Amino acid sequence: MFKTLLSTLNIIRSFWSTGLASELEYKFNFYFEIIAVIGNLIGSLFVLSLFYSPGATLGGWTWSNALIVLGIHTFLDGITISILQPNLSRIVRHVQLGTLDFVLLKPIDAQLWVSLRMFSPWGIPSMITGFLLIIYSLISSTYALRVSTLIVGILMLTCSFLILYSLWFLIASTSIWFVKVWNATEVLRSLLVAGRYPVSAYSAPLRTIFTFVLPVAFLTTVPAEAILGTSTGIMILSSVSISIVFFVISRYFWRYALRFYTSASS
Amino acid sequence: MIYFKKVLKKIISPYRIAGSLFSSQYALMLEYRAEIVLWAISGVLPLIMLGLWTGAEARVLAGITKEDITRYFISAFIVRQFTAVWVMVSFEEDHIEGKLSPFILQPIYPFWRYFFSHVAEQFTRIPFVLVIMIFLFIGFPQTFFIPSNKELIAAIIAIFSAFCVRFILHWTFAMVNFWTERASAIERVLMIPYLFLSGLVAPIETFPESVRAFALLTPYPYLLSFPAKILSGANVNLLQGFLCLFLWGSLFMFISFYAWRNGLKQYSSMGA
Repeated sequence: MFKTLLSTLNIIRSFWSTGLASELEYKFNFYFEIIAVIGNLIGSLFVLSLFYSPGATLGGWTWSNALIVLGIHTFLDGITISILQPNLSRIVRHVQLGTLDFVLLKPIDAQLWVSLRMFSPWGIPSMITGFLLIIYSLISSTYALRVSTLIVGILMLTCSFLILYSLWFLIASTSIWFVKVWNATEVLRSLLVAGRYPVSAYSAPLRTIFTFVLPVAFLTTVPAEAILGTSTGIMILSSVSISIVFFVISRYFWRYALRFYTSASS
Repeated sequence: MIYFKKVLKKIISPYRIAGSLFSSQYALMLEYRAEIVLWAISGVLPLIMLGLWTGAEARVLAGITKEDITRYFISAFIVRQFTAVWVMVSFEEDHIEGKLSPFILQPIYPFWRYFFSHVAEQFTRIPFVLVIMIFLFIGFPQTFFIPSNKELIAAIIAIFSAFCVRFILHWTFAMVNFWTERASAIERVLMIPYLFLSGLVAPIETFPESVRAFALLTPYPYLLSFPAKILSGANVNLLQGFLCLFLWGSLFMFISFYAWRNGLKQYSSMGA
């Protein structure tokens, strides 16, 4: 068990170092990515500040607490750019070209391979910015961080990553039937923008959708509450169970989808 | 008589070319209608922001009513649908894959090919937008509104002008492809001021005075906020809006012509 885990980690490490090397050829992109991240940060802070005109709050969240939500969203956005987008967009290409055959033949779990094969460095600035935002808001508020809430917060963040990954992977898996689903992930991304703001700020119908249909609430708001120590036991429990359920579904769905995979030429 | 026919032909031919470009692109776009529906849904941001602004205390403090903000963001959603521009992505693809070369050989400025493909795509979006509108008005009957004929005509002209200016702006930056690969990174940067300054995520009125003044110096508010406000029936200075759109459009048109001519000298297609 320990040995397989170690060898898996080793494989991922070599995957990512080759991926990194091939992406770093485009240095031009790097500068633009930095400009984009800074511009996005300023813009997001600006829009958030509009909701905090003197005397106003957003959904009962203070300014510095809302920054944590924004920070988590920025961080997850970085992970999306670095891991989810480069890998899962390739599933579509593999299906189109029929090269998924070669992936399935490899002596490694196919889901692991298609999900973690690439690592793009362009998400790193977002990840760092998100992390710094969280730290900044924790320092600037009077709230004293405890070890217990930090641990729960990290657990919730792991859950939110699992949910995010499963959502992406579910959509990417449907490419086995529909081939061109790249737009569908674009739809998902545009909906997940809602996670920039605490879910309690939305009107009632949207709040229901973002909690029970598309779990945006569990991506950013719940981890933020966990870090702040305001989350309830029910929320923590449902976050853990939702993430596990989503992950299991995504795994079974992938295997189910593969049964319908008939290579490119057959 | 022959001379007369020649003149007539010269007058008619641009319309014929435009017509056939449009109809062929329209047929092409109809092939991809499922994809276009997905693209259309991904323009959902104004509706998400509507969900935030209706309950926000900041809206009440700014003195904007619920009806007004709802109309504004629904209008913004419609404007966004009909001003979508992806010419930088297509141009980059055509440039890298060498597809641009046959286009250049044709006796027509390639600009028009991309332009009509965008216009055709907008027409395929119309039924989808109507369906969304019906759902919205069933869900929120109190927001139902029909703009007057005058407003509607002004709004359609404003939306189309905004689209044209945005298209020219992106076309101008697409010319960067002649000097470097992967110009699509620029598009990501270009989207940021559009996202935050155009009024897509917040009405311009809620901006602090200084930011609003700055925003109005850029072309962005005229690309979204201006047509959206006309459509929602708000009071707008039509003359100023159209004048700014015209000036920005002409400026970028001029730059893009210059860039195109210099870029072509630079151009070496794949395999050349």
